[in-house]
Amino acid sequence: MIYHSADVVVIGGGPAGLAAAISAKKSGAEHVVLLDRNSWLGGILPQCIHDGFGVEETGVSMTGPEYAEKYIEVAEKQDIVMMKETVVLQFDKKLEIIAVNKTGLHQIKASAIVLAMGCRERTRWNVMIPGDRPSGIYTAGVAQAFINLYNIMPGKNVIILGSGDVGLIMARRLKFEGANVLGVVEVLPYVSGLPRNVVQCLEDYDIPLFLNHKVICINGRERVEQVIIAQVDEKMNVIYGTEKKIGCDTLLLSLGLIPENELAKNVGIEIDSSTGGPTVNQYFETTLSGVFACGNCLQVYDTVDVLVNDAKNAGKSAAKNSVIQKKNKKVVTKVLPGRGVRYVVPQIISEPGKVHFTLRAEKPRESSVLYVIADNKELLKKRLPWANPANIIGIDIDIPSELMIRTCNLEVMLGDC
Amino acid sequence: MIAEKNITCIVCPIGCKILVRIDGMKLEIVGGNKCKRGIEYAKNEAFDPRRMLTTSVLVNGGEWPIVSVKSSKPVPKEKLFSILKEIKRKAVNAPVKSGQTIIENVANTDISIVATKTVKNNKIF
Repeated sequence: MIYHSADVVVIGGGPAGLAAAISAKKSGAEHVVLLDRNSWLGGILPQCIHDGFGVEETGVSMTGPEYAEKYIEVAEKQDIVMMKETVVLQFDKKLEIIAVNKTGLHQIKASAIVLAMGCRERTRWNVMIPGDRPSGIYTAGVAQAFINLYNIMPGKNVIILGSGDVGLIMARRLKFEGANVLGVVEVLPYVSGLPRNVVQCLEDYDIPLFLNHKVICINGRERVEQVIIAQVDEKMNVIYGTEKKIGCDTLLLSLGLIPENELAKNVGIEIDSSTGGPTVNQYFETTLSGVFACGNCLQVYDTVDVLVNDAKNAGKSAAKNSVIQKKNKKVVTKVLPGRGVRYVVPQIISEPGKVHFTLRAEKPRESSVLYVIADNKELLKKRLPWANPANIIGIDIDIPSELMIRTCNLEVMLGDC
Repeated sequence: MIAEKNITCIVCPIGCKILVRIDGMKLEIVGGNKCKRGIEYAKNEAFDPRRMLTTSVLVNGGEWPIVSVKSSKPVPKEKLFSILKEIKRKAVNAPVKSGQTIIENVANTDISIVATKTVKNNKIF
C-alpha cells in the first residue's frame, strides 16, 4: 500500500472534476489530487466533437475537446496532482480513499472529497425491449466514442431510440459519416433534447421523428435485421394496428443517463430518488460531512456551462470545508419538489442567505409561474417565460434567518399563469 | 408576397421560436426572441443559412487514429456535404495541435478546417 494525504481529493476528471479541483486550489486548498480511471482527462468531452460548449459561460462556442483542453491546461498550471488510469475502489467515513493503478494500491487520506463520477447511459435492459439479442445494439454514447475517438462505424442503417441530446447529435454525426438514419423514436409527446439540436441535427437533414412511439421488438439472428415500432396512447400503452416494421442493422439507444454513485452508496450517503444523485445542502455537501458532490453524479445537467458553475462552488466549499464543519447544523430546512417540478437541488438548506437552486420542470410549459412556499407563505413568486424539462431552471432565493429557527419545509412549484 | 415563418434559434440552449415576416428580401422580426443574438440568427437563417461543421480527420502515427476538426466559420448549409467529401480525403501526420489549420479554403468557401484537439505521436513501447 502506498500512503498519501491531501486537502481535497476529487474523484473523476471530467468537466465537473476539473472545475472543482481548479476552484478548490484557487480557494486555498494546498494539496489537491484528482483521480480518473481513463488514460485521458476531460471525461466525455473529447468524444463530444460538436460545438456549443461554453456559450453561456464565456460567450464563445467551443467544441468538447477544446473546452476540455482549456480546463486541463489550467489544472496543470496549478500543480494539481492528476492521477490517470486510477480506479477508486472505495472510501470510508474517515475519508480514507482506496484506489488502484499500475503502480499499486494507494490509500489517500483526504480532508475533503469531491464526488465527480459522472453518469452512465440507460441500456436496453433499463427499459426492457423485447426481442432477439443480436449484435448492433449500442448506447448512443458508446457509438459516439466508436466514431469520434476510435474511427469505427457502428452500422449503416440506423434507428435511434430516445430523443436525448446524445441521440440527436449522433443522428447528424452518422449522416455525416455516410450512414442512413431511418428515424428517431421517442415515447413522449415531445423531444427530450434541446430545441437547437432538433433543428440542426434532425430538421436540417430531414430525419424522421416518431413522437409517441416506442420500439416493441428487435429482430435479428446474428445482427439486427429489423425493429418494430408502434404508437402509444397517453398511458404509454401500445395502440395495436399502428405497428411499423423498419429494416435496419443498428439500433442506438439514447434513453437518458443515470448518475453513477456506487462509491457514495457504499459509504451510506443519502441518495435523492428523483435526481439519482446525493442529497446535498447549498454548499454541495452530502449527508456525509466533508464529502461534496458535483457534475452529472449529482444531477444530470443539460449543458456543461451550468454544470461547471455548480462544480466550481462545490470545489470552493470543499476547500473551505474545515470552516463549514464547525458550524451548527442542527436545524435544517428541507427543499421539496412540488406540483409541476421533477426535482430541486440543493435538497437541504443548512444556513440562511442567498441560495442558488437548480430545478427541472415535469413537462414543457409555455409561460408559467414559479412559487416558493415556506410555512404556507409565499417566499417568492416569479414569472418564467418558458419551462422545458430539457432546460434546467436556475434561480436565486434569499433564505431568511427566521426560516432557519424553526424546522420547516420549503416547497418549489410550477403553475400556469 | 409576404410569408410568416417560425425560426427556432440555435444560438443558445433555450431555443427561442422567433416569428418572422419575409417580404422578398426584407425581413421583419415579429417576436419570440429573448435576446439580440436571435435577430442576427433569424436574418441569416432566412436568406443565407449557415452551420458550424464539426467532424474528424485521419491522423497518421498519432496516439488517436483521428483528430476532431471544425470549420473556422459557419459554412453555407447547402455546401456541408461537398465540404465533408473533401475532408474525408484528407489525412495529417501526428503530432497535431489544437487550432492548427488542416485544410485551407475548403471547397472554395474561403473557410478553413481547423483541428480542435491535440493529438500526440503514438508512443512506441
